[in-house]
Amino acid sequence: MLPPAARLAARRLLGLATSSASESAAARRLSRSPVSAPLPLLQMPLYLLAVRRRSFAVLISPSGGNVSLQISYAAAGCFSRLFSTALNYHLDSPENNPDMPWEFTEANMKKVNEILSHYPSNYKQSGIIPMLDLAQQQHGGWVPVAAMNAIAKIVEVAPIRVYEVATFYTMFNRTKVGKYHLLVCGTTPCMIRGSREIEEALLEHLGVKRNEVTSDGLFSVGEMECMGCCVNAPMIAVADYSKGSEGYTYNYYEDLTPKRVVEIVEMLKRGETPPRGTQHPERKNCGPAGGNTTLHADMRRQW
Amino acid sequence: MAFFARAIRHSSPYLRSRAPPPPAVAASCRWISPTAAAGSPEAGAAVAPADPETPPPREPVGGARVELPSNPEDALEVFVDGHAVRIPKGFTVLQACEVAGVDIPRFCYHSRLSIAGNCRMCLVEVEKSPKPVASCAMPALPGMKIKTNTPVAKKAREGVMEFLLMNHPLDCPICDQGGECDLQDQSMAFGADRGRFTEMKRSVVDKNLGPLVKTVMTRCIQCTRCVRFASEVAGVQDLGMLGRGSGEEIGTYVEKLMTSELSGNVIDICPVGALTSKPFAFKARNWELKGTETIDVTDAVGSNIRVDSRGPEVMRIVPRLNEDINEEWISDKTRFCYDGLKRQRLNDPMIRGTDGRFKAVTWRDALAVVAEVLQQVKPEEITGVAGKLSDAESMMALKDFVNKMGSDKVLCEGNGPSPPADLRSNYLMNTSIAGLEKADVFLLVGTQPRVEAAMVNARIRKTVRATQAKVAYIGPPTDFNYDHEHLGTGPQTLVEIAEGRHPFCSTLQSAKNPVIIAGAGLFDREDQDALFSTIETVAKKFNVVRPDWNGLNVLLLHAAQAAALDLGLVANPTESIKSTKFLYLMGADDVDLDKVPDDAFVVYQGHHGDKAVYRANVILPSSAFSEKEGTYENTEGCTQWTIPAVPTVGDARDDWKILRALSEVAGAQLPYDSLSGVRDRISMVAPNLVHVDEREPCTISSEVKPPVKQQVSSTPFKTVVENFYMTDAITRASKIMAQCSATLLKK
Repeated sequence: MLPPAARLAARRLLGLATSSASESAAARRLSRSPVSAPLPLLQMPLYLLAVRRRSFAVLISPSGGNVSLQISYAAAGCFSRLFSTALNYHLDSPENNPDMPWEFTEANMKKVNEILSHYPSNYKQSGIIPMLDLAQQQHGGWVPVAAMNAIAKIVEVAPIRVYEVATFYTMFNRTKVGKYHLLVCGTTPCMIRGSREIEEALLEHLGVKRNEVTSDGLFSVGEMECMGCCVNAPMIAVADYSKGSEGYTYNYYEDLTPKRVVEIVEMLKRGETPPRGTQHPERKNCGPAGGNTTLHADMRRQW
Repeated sequence: MAFFARAIRHSSPYLRSRAPPPPAVAASCRWISPTAAAGSPEAGAAVAPADPETPPPREPVGGARVELPSNPEDALEVFVDGHAVRIPKGFTVLQACEVAGVDIPRFCYHSRLSIAGNCRMCLVEVEKSPKPVASCAMPALPGMKIKTNTPVAKKAREGVMEFLLMNHPLDCPICDQGGECDLQDQSMAFGADRGRFTEMKRSVVDKNLGPLVKTVMTRCIQCTRCVRFASEVAGVQDLGMLGRGSGEEIGTYVEKLMTSELSGNVIDICPVGALTSKPFAFKARNWELKGTETIDVTDAVGSNIRVDSRGPEVMRIVPRLNEDINEEWISDKTRFCYDGLKRQRLNDPMIRGTDGRFKAVTWRDALAVVAEVLQQVKPEEITGVAGKLSDAESMMALKDFVNKMGSDKVLCEGNGPSPPADLRSNYLMNTSIAGLEKADVFLLVGTQPRVEAAMVNARIRKTVRATQAKVAYIGPPTDFNYDHEHLGTGPQTLVEIAEGRHPFCSTLQSAKNPVIIAGAGLFDREDQDALFSTIETVAKKFNVVRPDWNGLNVLLLHAAQAAALDLGLVANPTESIKSTKFLYLMGADDVDLDKVPDDAFVVYQGHHGDKAVYRANVILPSSAFSEKEGTYENTEGCTQWTIPAVPTVGDARDDWKILRALSEVAGAQLPYDSLSGVRDRISMVAPNLVHVDEREPCTISSEVKPPVKQQVSSTPFKTVVENFYMTDAITRASKIMAQCSATLLKK
């Protein structure tokens, strides 16, 4: 049986309990003692939980009864939203497990040797990041644990050293993504210019949630932080893994509207290549719409 | 004031967020300050440059000795809180502060691990430095003026502490680290008594590291001590730091148990309750425990331990610092064998009846039965065998008793048919365990130190890591946690080296301080004389034994072995057991009981109902190492005492006392009645065994040995320790060790 405090916490997370005045008064009273254990959860005002409700998914663990585990899952859900596409630990699945055979293709092996040639032979581990990138391109946009093990073997380090790198960098996907991985910029300038609408339009059009892959395996939508295109906000980046590491592209589509982003998705679906960069018909690169309004002269001549 | 602060806290959110409380209130909210004066900024500033004329004497933290280099140019002077201290070059600011007697708070810094500098708790103020400095990672420079208790340093630490506590659960009441937690202790000095953090706390999924280490990863403060310990000391690259930012967590990424024989040490180095002892979970609080400083007997290293007990029960075992033996680590077998002390214990004298079942009897009856049988057998048919956990006192009493009965067949198990007991240098680790650090080439002959003596292995690994010393190994394929060269599996390779035909000879030739370690498993071989003579040839050829360096070592297996050889328990086991009519087993469970004649009368005196009990006719219960005062000599020849931590079980008695009582009943009374009496007797036979905590090196060289005519056989060396976790009666009775054997050993 669960301890009462933990049960209450779990019920709160599940939205089952209401905060009565007496409860919060009791919580406040207890909170004066500096060593009252599980109280932060109880103390947390309900409105906070409400604000964060979207990010919480309270899972009941298969073994049941372990509230701390459930809460961990809840928080892990919260962080998987904030960070990369996966949890910080690996769970075996048929398509991602350490026993799976995985190696670089012959063409990529040449690239691996090229990467290794950049570093002294006793610092092979410097090549982990470019190799992970190469493995990700080769493996359709994500790095399975077997690929990390293969890289560890090449650079002669323990596998955990590669796992550390792969989990640290959010651009390494450790779960399956679509052939076209659409990354919506969520940083402030893009958000002010409507990146949330862009994302909503994408998710609605594709019928998926964030970090989910469409049933045809073509698209997935993720979030990235500032990609440096604030002047053309809002923008998305499209990582195209459909043609393997040879035809891999990583394009920005800027000045988007919910309508235009759906058009881009449709073009990609048809196998067309939408023009990259700004989608504003009157803009050229990051210049103002309709051509320059100032600085008409050639500045070089004046200097 | 406190009421005022609380009032502010519960007032409107506007006031709470926009108006910081006046500084005086903030200061008065602190519970405990590191120094009484440091509570307010003005007082703290006044303390620092007190009076430079007469600085009060400062002792290094913990009374540590600081050895300044002989060359004065290699030392430098810094000022800690206005006191000048001299330190060797290369010390960090934190170490300089420790020399000056200032204990800097820290979480990630550990003197035996590499410097990470990521907890930021050790921030101090350094004059002319624009920001507080992480003292653990900053090298001390000449003339540096370090200030450790200024408002800047204090505020910096308080800020760090607030961030650490931000995501740390407030579950101290249900945390096993409570009471011995670095975070708890330091938050008393630097923590606020209330938090400003109203967000949700982070939580982390717990990891399964095996049957020994319990994880509550939400409590982790990411100091990475465990990661560094695993990869640097234990040599298993399993743990890592995964993720980033506040999602960062310690883990193995893939499901993996921590398969190291030193994994339990992460429990000690974890500054919080993230890694705690699984068997000890929720069993006791540290302030309820009585600590007894004693030594470990599960292997021949004699690791220094503290047995923590509550009432009659051993609750846990933790290491004790001994730079010469185990530094501050112990093996998992040492740490977790304690539950074996509660199981399978023999608590009453027992006699096997005609129906084959044991019946509990009184001591008087049991001793009378044994004495009666003793009268009926011929003196030369009496054999005494000491077990691998026996202390020197009991072995002395056993030898005296058997000799008094007219037999000279006394032996200690594990020492082989003709133990090399003539010269101490033939069975000791002559280099000493700490001395191994000076070696640059190791040649391991028939020994797997990782399972035979985990702490010796840790020393070799430390040396290999620090100086890139080369390790070569002759023996069956086995696991090493450092780079090594596997030269061969049998004595032939050794002969090749002795004759200079092996490619490894050039490495040995160029070595400055070569070390040869022979395993005690070789004692059991028929050709052991020839083997050791070959090893001596190698030693001679490559200058392993010099006046200033003795690199010829034997690594023993059991705690009793060295003392038994010192005391002369050297009978041949195969012959004496085959022909015996009266076998006295003093805790000896690993003798070949099939060879014991059917009509032999077997007395088993010991603390555990282990293997030999099945053959015993009479059982005499004795006390285990945690319950008696006993002298043990470790593999390097260092004599140490065990100290009783808990009372004995039932009617059990100390081994030597049982023998003394039996000798009286049998009519051959031993001439000592007290422990000091036994020790006086020991000092006549082996005076080194009464010089406690001293390592007495052997002074006679092996040159005086007679020449050996035996030939080495071609039989390859065997693995001596099959199961690291179960080697003796105590560990075989332990449930935790059984779990470890089941889950951690590679199949």
